[in-house]
Amino acid sequence: MTASGTPASTGPASVPHLDVDPFDMRFFADPYPAHQRLREAGPVVYLDKWNVYGVARYAEVHAVLNDPATFCSSRGVGLSDFKKETPWRPPSLILEADPPAHTRTRAVLSKVLSPTAMKQVRDRFAAAAEERVDALLDKRSFDAIADLAEAYPLSIFPDALGLKPEGREHLIPYASVVFNAFGPPNELRQQAIARSAPHQAYVAEQCQRDNLAPGGFGACIHARVDDGEITATEAPLLVRSLLSAGLDTTVNGIGAAVYCLARFPDQWQRLRDDPTLARNAFEEAVRFESPVQTFFRTTTREVELSGATIGEGEKVLMFLAAANRDPRRWDRPDSYDITRRTSGHVGFGSGIHMCVGQLVARLEGEVMLTALARRVAKIEITGEPKRRFNNTLRGLDSLPVTITPA
Amino acid sequence: MPAITFIHPDGKSERVETSGEESAMQAATRHGLDGILAECGGNAMCATCHVYVDESWLARLPDMADDEDALLDGTASERRPNSRLSCQIRITPERDGLIVKLPERQV
Repeated sequence: MTASGTPASTGPASVPHLDVDPFDMRFFADPYPAHQRLREAGPVVYLDKWNVYGVARYAEVHAVLNDPATFCSSRGVGLSDFKKETPWRPPSLILEADPPAHTRTRAVLSKVLSPTAMKQVRDRFAAAAEERVDALLDKRSFDAIADLAEAYPLSIFPDALGLKPEGREHLIPYASVVFNAFGPPNELRQQAIARSAPHQAYVAEQCQRDNLAPGGFGACIHARVDDGEITATEAPLLVRSLLSAGLDTTVNGIGAAVYCLARFPDQWQRLRDDPTLARNAFEEAVRFESPVQTFFRTTTREVELSGATIGEGEKVLMFLAAANRDPRRWDRPDSYDITRRTSGHVGFGSGIHMCVGQLVARLEGEVMLTALARRVAKIEITGEPKRRFNNTLRGLDSLPVTITPA
Repeated sequence: MPAITFIHPDGKSERVETSGEESAMQAATRHGLDGILAECGGNAMCATCHVYVDESWLARLPDMADDEDALLDGTASERRPNSRLSCQIRITPERDGLIVKLPERQV
């Protein structure tokens, strides 16, 4: 059973057909040679394994992201076409929606996660980062994924949302299901969904108004019901978006940044010399590692894209990670450079669906890297990093390190 | 092509040529100008391309949308009556010669 789509043989001859499976374990282990193949094959390619179009160059990824009327999200941003298949969970009201419905829900989350809202949590997030680094300096040797990249967001984000203390262990497994489910019906997706029931039950319960502490992001979303901006049935689903996309993504973002800084000591030294580079060091890690690797769109009409004709109802896979290292757009794309001008990278997407929590992610990344740069002289990798496999997210499962105090 | 002048907090001014179709932010980042971060890449989501528009130009700017208005409340440097996000100002021929001041901080 594969996803629906036009048989490869009917696709236009001008589009190169590739046998790359971007959801295969071997691909995940080292995606970079395949990314290059995808980019060099042409501006638009066709992937026979899943019967989808693909774009891996920056210009085309950016173009698809910024034409939501043609490349829609309401038919799902994974391989599954919601017009033909029943989604595994009720669709997201923001991620899997198009204007005008999307415009209204998006406005609510934008306000809840605005620069003004960030000013209110900034000191708390920064203090928690200092505390975490203190605890790590006591340990000296630890797993930079479990003890840092996961422990830090877990120490602030669920509280910022206003979640109950009980059941938080479901958060990362739930997000893992969500991001695996965007992929094709491979083992990763099938197993994730098969085991998802307890996580889904926790999330559904936790999204209800009575279960969210006053003053948190969750309560702020529900408060919009009173203003008439959203309905009482929409509010829990919008809270669900923060639970789905607000934690595992930042875990992988912070993990990526620490992994970069541990691997590239010259960049770590630059950050030590000038900790105000912390925010850009995090941003560059998001470009360089692209924690969210891919998303799909579905065409609403026949469209020409860079000379290729794509019919209506086709899935188009956007390789965000490949776009973020496209030499057509970036100088020395494979170098991690914390002083790079990163503006325009698509690690958070682009256009109307660009990550609504990007300011939370940047804040967490900035204050954590600032705390590390001020207090830690050296980060050494002391064991083989292990990769965590997910259909959409790229990150590590463990990263053994030893740190030296400054 | 229309040009735009950015005045840095230290008073130094920098003139940037635009493509005729881009925003003030895009012209600034394309030229590597310091003082415009544009973390969100021009999607009106981050408020890190904040500028103070020279008073004489205010009437010739596009109207401010609600999202820009809300973002300006969260800028790192204080919001003033002439505050705008440079990603929302397209440099058309009528805006050739626009003068904007850069704030002290963007984050």
